[in-house]
Amino acid sequence: MMLEIRDVKKGFDSLQVLDGISFDVNKSDVVAILGPSGSGKTTLFRCLNFLEKADSGTMVFDGRTFDLNKATKADIAELRKKTAFVFQNYNLFLNKTVLDNVTLGLTAGAGMKKHDAVAIAKQMLEKVGMADKLSSYPSQLSGGQQQRVAIARALASKPEIIFFDEPTSALDPELIGEVLNVMRQLAEEGMTMLVVTHEMSFARNVSSKVIFIEDGHIVEAGPSKEFFANPKEERTKAFLRSIEYES
Amino acid sequence: MNERLWSILIESFPKLLGYGIRVTVPLTIFSFAIALVVALLVALVQYAKVRGLQKLCRFYIWITRGTPLLVQLYIVFFGFPSIGIKLPAFTAAMLVLGFNEGAYMSETIRGALESVSRGQIEAGYCVGLTFPKIMWHVALPQAFRTAFPALGNSMISMLKETSMAATISVMEMFRQAQVINGRVYESLGLYLEVALIYLIFCTFLTFLQRKGEKRLSSYGGRNS
Repeated sequence: MMLEIRDVKKGFDSLQVLDGISFDVNKSDVVAILGPSGSGKTTLFRCLNFLEKADSGTMVFDGRTFDLNKATKADIAELRKKTAFVFQNYNLFLNKTVLDNVTLGLTAGAGMKKHDAVAIAKQMLEKVGMADKLSSYPSQLSGGQQQRVAIARALASKPEIIFFDEPTSALDPELIGEVLNVMRQLAEEGMTMLVVTHEMSFARNVSSKVIFIEDGHIVEAGPSKEFFANPKEERTKAFLRSIEYES
Repeated sequence: MNERLWSILIESFPKLLGYGIRVTVPLTIFSFAIALVVALLVALVQYAKVRGLQKLCRFYIWITRGTPLLVQLYIVFFGFPSIGIKLPAFTAAMLVLGFNEGAYMSETIRGALESVSRGQIEAGYCVGLTFPKIMWHVALPQAFRTAFPALGNSMISMLKETSMAATISVMEMFRQAQVINGRVYESLGLYLEVALIYLIFCTFLTFLQRKGEKRLSSYGGRNS
């Protein structure tokens, strides 16, 4: 087991956003996390990356246990070295070129030599089809291009797992495909990925596991084929029906 | 206009300009450098909410913004010697101007830092940067761009405020105009002349500010 999440809880004021979330991730799993808006998916991700402090819960990663409420700065730094995060709004560094966006974490973060960092960055940008835009600034790119650069930036640190927080939700419909294609390619290469998404085709065809969250708990979880073919819970069936109508 | 006035103005112009270039401009540059360093530190302390220091910074801003520059100059130059701190006039003026404008500029920079989107900071953490590195590589450069026009204003107003140093005997451009006037009694002509030289300096600064803004906008508009 690569990642074990246990009993994550998080509340804001009177609202219990996460009410005891537990699940496991194996190496090369692609886990799609589904659920209606406001169900706590993004908060869960933010807690797992320590962008928010959970009220309680643990995460076992590579055999090491991290307390999501009490992790030290050193723990968090260590964990972040092995994980990467792709944001809904890309969050590329606006004052950096495409190339510098990818190298910054390697040079200023990991202390790598500029020359080596550039080589890795170019390779990753090649992979996402952005090698011809090295010296562009984020504001000169489309949303889809920005998100692909963000994926290259995530890949550059050679993470063991990548968290994607609604990576296509901010994109115009015609730009979604180019990002999903990159993600599909990563999945095929065996990258372990956790993906909060509303893209059912991705969840159905690319992910290996699906977790359906509502009101802060897991309603249903299972292999994605089974989840879509034979949902067990009434609530899941209703959710799947409602999105059938959309697509 | 009579010939006497003309010859006074023509004779005094290079003199005044000389003092402007040798004293007013360096005083502005040194004071601005001090102000920038102070403002940056004070803004960062407040942005990062460093306990203890944060209170001290609020106190400094409160005192500095709440009292007149002229009074501050008097306290430091005429008052401090009685507690054993005796500063040359130029140094006193430089420090007072720097710390005075620094208080205003710290608020400008803090506001600009706070306008950098939270996502930029979070992305920095996620690629493994520490807080100081995020500040240095990501947040401050972006904040600097936002703050640049306001900082330019600060520099322009500082250039003019250096004339206050005349009151504590710094022989700068305005003081020199006063000295010449004491000899020839041509107040209107001389003070208009010195005003013109300040205007020339400020116009040059405005020009530099425009150029700077153009350069800084090389990475285009902001988004998300």
